[in-house]
Amino acid sequence: MRPVYMIGGGITKFAKAHPEKDFRLMVKEAYDYTLHDVPRLSKDMIDGAVGSYFSDHFTRQLKAASMVQDYLGLCPKPSKRVEGGGATGGLCFQSAWEAVASGRMHCCLAFGFETMSRVNTWKGNEFIALASDTNFDFPVGGFYSGYYAMMVQRHMHEFGTTVEQMAMVSVKNHANALHNPYAQKAKRLTIKQVRESPMVATPLTMEDICTMSDGAAVCMLASEELAGKVCDRPVKITGVGSGSDAMRMADRPHGKVILLPHEQESDYRHLKYPGVHSFRGGRMAAKLAYEMAGIRNPLEELSFVELHDAYTSSEIQTYEDLGLCRYGEGGRFVESGIPFLPGLDYGLELPKQGRLPVNPSGGLLACGHPVGATGLMQAVFAFWQLQGTIGKHLNDEKLQVRNAKRGLIHSHAGTGTYITASILEAA
Amino acid sequence: MDKGTVLYGVDPLIIQDHYEIDYHHSYAQDSPFFAGLTKGQLLGSRCTACGYTYATPRAHCMGCGAATSWFALPLTGLVHTFTTCHYGGEVFLKETPFTLILVEFDGADTLFLSRLKGLRPDAVRIGLPVVAHFAKAPSFKVTDVWFEPADQA
Repeated sequence: MRPVYMIGGGITKFAKAHPEKDFRLMVKEAYDYTLHDVPRLSKDMIDGAVGSYFSDHFTRQLKAASMVQDYLGLCPKPSKRVEGGGATGGLCFQSAWEAVASGRMHCCLAFGFETMSRVNTWKGNEFIALASDTNFDFPVGGFYSGYYAMMVQRHMHEFGTTVEQMAMVSVKNHANALHNPYAQKAKRLTIKQVRESPMVATPLTMEDICTMSDGAAVCMLASEELAGKVCDRPVKITGVGSGSDAMRMADRPHGKVILLPHEQESDYRHLKYPGVHSFRGGRMAAKLAYEMAGIRNPLEELSFVELHDAYTSSEIQTYEDLGLCRYGEGGRFVESGIPFLPGLDYGLELPKQGRLPVNPSGGLLACGHPVGATGLMQAVFAFWQLQGTIGKHLNDEKLQVRNAKRGLIHSHAGTGTYITASILEAA
Repeated sequence: MDKGTVLYGVDPLIIQDHYEIDYHHSYAQDSPFFAGLTKGQLLGSRCTACGYTYATPRAHCMGCGAATSWFALPLTGLVHTFTTCHYGGEVFLKETPFTLILVEFDGADTLFLSRLKGLRPDAVRIGLPVVAHFAKAPSFKVTDVWFEPADQA
C-alpha cells in the first residue's frame, strides 16, 4: 500500500433543517469550499468518488449518491455509495483511503450527507431504531437512546461511573462549540443544567444526547505525488482500523479484553468483556489503527481526538476502547480534565485540563449528527487542526490545538456494530 | 381518494410526501421461537458443537458456525441492565414511559431484551429477579413475552 494524504476538506453549517437546499447542493457547497481551499487542484485530477449517507428512509431517494455525483459534474468517473449506520462517514473516509492506497486512484473524493429534517424527531428516532434487529429488538421499544442508556447503566454498575461525570462531557463539548461556527448547538452549560434537562431514557437527559441534523462534509484524499504538487500543507493518513460487533446487544459475549500495547492481562483480571458496557469493535479498530501508525501509548502520542459522542456515555466508553485510559476509568478520565481544551473556562475544577483534548470541535453533541457527513466532518476538523488552519476556517483561533502533530478520528455505528479509527499526522 | 397536496411552505416549496407499505415478513429459521411464545415457552438455542447457549436464539453459532438446537429457557432470570424510556420512536411514544431490560438466565451465555412491567421505574435495579409473562392473545411478535418482578408472580 502506498502513502495517502488528505489535501482538502469542507463542511456545511450543520443545522436542524436546510429546506432551502437539497442534499446535492449541500455537498456541492462543501465540495466547492474544498476546491477553493486547494486552488492548484482541478476537477480533472479527481479520479473518482465515494459517497455516504445512512438512511434511504430519511432521503426517500434511492441511489441519492448518484445524483450528487452528477451534480458535482464527476460523471463518468468511478463512484459508489458506502453505508454503515453511524459509522457511514468513517467508512467512507477509509474507502477513499483504500482507493488511493491501492493505487487505483491518485485522487479520490469522499462526500457524505444526511437530510434528517424531512421527518419529525420521533419518526427519525424510529428510522434509526430500524438499524437494530427488527425481529428481537425494535418491536420491544426500538429507541437508540434506550439502548445506550442500558449500556451506561451497566457501565455505572461495573465501574462506578456517575451521571455527573457524563454531564461533564456535555459541558465540555457544548462549550468547545461556542468557537465553532459550523456547530448546530453551541452553549454554555453546567452539570446541574445537564441533569435537569428533560429525562429521555434513564439516566440520559436531552443534554446527554446529540441531535438530528441536516449537513454535508467532504474530504479530498490524494497520493504523495499529487499531494506534493497541489497542496502546501497535506496531512498524512498513517493508520486505519475498523471493527465490528453483534447487531444485538444481548449477544455480546463475556470474555477477555483485547489488549493494547501499553496494557497487560493483569489489568483486567475480573472484567467480563465486552458485555454491554464496552465496545469490542472500537477496541479492535483502535488496535489496528495504532499498529499501522506505530502508536504504542495513545495518551502520550496523540495531540487530539475527534470521537463519536452520540451520547455523553459513549464518549466515556470510547476513551476506554481507544486506550486513553484503562477500562473502567473513563469517568475519572473526564473528571481529571485531560480531555478538555487548555485555556478555555468551563466553570469546572479540572486538575489536568487540556492534556489530550477530545472533541475540540464540539463533537456530535454540539455540532450535530447528520449521519453520513459526521465521520467526514471529524476528518475535516482533524485536517484543519493538523494544518494549523483552524483560525482561518473557523474565524476563531480558540479551538486550535497548539503544535498538533497527530490526531485520531473515530466513527461509530449502532450499539458498536461498525467502528472505524483513523490516524492523521501533520506532514 | 385523492385529497390533494398538503403544502407546508411556499419559499422554498415544501409538500407532504406520504409513504406506506406492507411487507410479507418471514421469521424463517427463527420461527420456532415466536411459535413458542404462544405456548408460554421461551426458547433459546444451544450450539451442537461447542455448547455455547444463546438466550436470544440463532440457528447457527457465532463462535464456531455449527447448527444450534432449541431448548427451553427458565422463565425466571435477573435484570442485567435496564432503562426507563420517557421518549421513543414515534410508534412507541404512546407507550412511554416504558422500561427496557436485558435479562440474564442461569445456564445461558447471552442475554434477552424485553420490557419490565409491574414495577415503579425508580425501583428497578440490576440483579432484580424477574419472571416471564406471556400474552393471552398472541401477536406473533417478541412483545408476546415480557417480564415482571418475580416476587409479584
